[in-house]
Amino acid sequence: MSETFTARVWVLGDDIDTDIIIPTEYLALKTIDDMKQYGFSPLRPELAAQIQPGDVIVAGKNFGCGSSREQAPEIIKALGIRAVIAKSFARIFFRNSINNGLLLIENGDLHDAVKEGDEIEVTMGERIVANGKEFPIASLPQNLLDIINAGGLVKAMRKRNGLD
Amino acid sequence: MGMTIAEKIIAAAAGVDSVKAGDIHTVELDRLMSNDGTTHLTIDMYNNKLKNPHIADVKKLVWIIDHNIPSDSPKTAASHKKMRDFAREHGIDFWEGKGVCHQIMMENYVRPGELIFGADSHTCAYGALGAFGTGVGCTDYLYAMVTGKSWLLVPETIRFNLTGKLREGVYARDLILTIIGKIGAAGASYMAMEFVGDGMKNLTMDDRISMCNLCVEAGAKTALMEVDDIALDYLHARGREPKHCFKSDEDAVFAAEYDIDLATIEPIVARPDFVDDVIPAKEALGVKIDEAFLGSCNNGRLSDLRVGADLIRGRKVHPLVRFLVVPASNEVYEAAIKEGIIQTFMEAGAIVMNANCSVCWGSCQGVIGAGETLISTGTRNFKGRAGHPDSKVYLASAATVTASAIKGEITTADKL
Repeated sequence: MSETFTARVWVLGDDIDTDIIIPTEYLALKTIDDMKQYGFSPLRPELAAQIQPGDVIVAGKNFGCGSSREQAPEIIKALGIRAVIAKSFARIFFRNSINNGLLLIENGDLHDAVKEGDEIEVTMGERIVANGKEFPIASLPQNLLDIINAGGLVKAMRKRNGLD
Repeated sequence: MGMTIAEKIIAAAAGVDSVKAGDIHTVELDRLMSNDGTTHLTIDMYNNKLKNPHIADVKKLVWIIDHNIPSDSPKTAASHKKMRDFAREHGIDFWEGKGVCHQIMMENYVRPGELIFGADSHTCAYGALGAFGTGVGCTDYLYAMVTGKSWLLVPETIRFNLTGKLREGVYARDLILTIIGKIGAAGASYMAMEFVGDGMKNLTMDDRISMCNLCVEAGAKTALMEVDDIALDYLHARGREPKHCFKSDEDAVFAAEYDIDLATIEPIVARPDFVDDVIPAKEALGVKIDEAFLGSCNNGRLSDLRVGADLIRGRKVHPLVRFLVVPASNEVYEAAIKEGIIQTFMEAGAIVMNANCSVCWGSCQGVIGAGETLISTGTRNFKGRAGHPDSKVYLASAATVTASAIKGEITTADKL
């Protein structure tokens, strides 16, 4: 039986870049917890304080484009975001998210069918239900799911490669 | 079925005869570059998250402090010290204050046919020497550093067949911005961008590095070029030999192919806040600027500085503009001193800085304030990229940036 969860939606646009997710000037802060209050601040300064654990972000195409800074997915995860659902993801961000245990879901149609504050129901690897409509979603390959479920690549690596 | 350059490099790194786009392979890395943007995070994970960690092959590691050099705060200094101490303890090749990481890699390490991870998105620059360079985050970097390996999805390739020659006053920067504008910021997502054709012989190594470097702004995983005499001359002048010189097979499959006549390219600017939002520079004339930046891994090489110096010789930087000139490496800097280029910039009133990433990454020196506008040869113009969220960045060639620094507003060299 696939895992199902419901979540409140925050809607962002196309090409949300890593400098928006976490501007360079805050990268010098000591911890991700210190940085997370500035997440998305160039675009939506109020957003980080309003996100509740378990919420999801629904975005347009090319989410996470730009720099390789891994603080970007780490901050989204630290803010409590359960998943980012976008039309598409930039590749370095995609890898970094998997490696940090942040769930990413690709869907081309959901973004145009939800508004901020909507509640959606996600059934992993099967579908999203939003405003009475169903949106099919693919499952990630098992090796990537294993990394996410382990809580990220470092933890998966400890398990798998016996580095402990 | 034939293979592309990208497929051939991955096949070699995976130790198999052939691969095809869409396959996932475990690959052995040839080189692992990391800079002070994220190395402190890699070290923290290495020291605190792993028990009895080890480095698979320390000779493959190159660590470079270039993003915040000289350090601008006690926090940065502590991060640099962590990196410096770890590099010394483990015998890692370590560079500090000698230039922007990708320029140092091109000058000293990259060999055709290699597969290189860099903990920096612009690692795709190494394709100018026929190497598969790709950007990764610090966790992927850590995994590769500890195991010597990683996994890669074999990318599809978009091929650009270039013919002809850029016109006088038009540069590689205009060409690559035009291409990114054409295919979009996600136009090459997860893909390789390959550049071939007769037009390549009219593009110098500086041009080629600039082109490959910016391909990540179209979402590309890597950029690749064939290894010709121009590339071999560059390599041999630095005492290196290729690992493999690959070309795509005639029956290789491409996701898309574009023919571009270089003579059709014109001066271009990318408007705030997206690299793919490009317009002909002549349509941006008159936009007032507060700062101009000539430098970065994209356009801080000797030919870029020559273009700027030739324009500004006998002229002055506009009194309301700060003009930052930042050589991409000390090799470039010293050559520019010998040619009198640095003297020319200083006489014109430019601020000449040490080789580093500077305002291109919006920390350290040169950041701009609320309401200010920068014209830059840097890599990105995202919202807030160069400082305050309410500032603006235009991207353009060394010529357009220098001309604008002189006029105090966006202009092209022919309008001076």
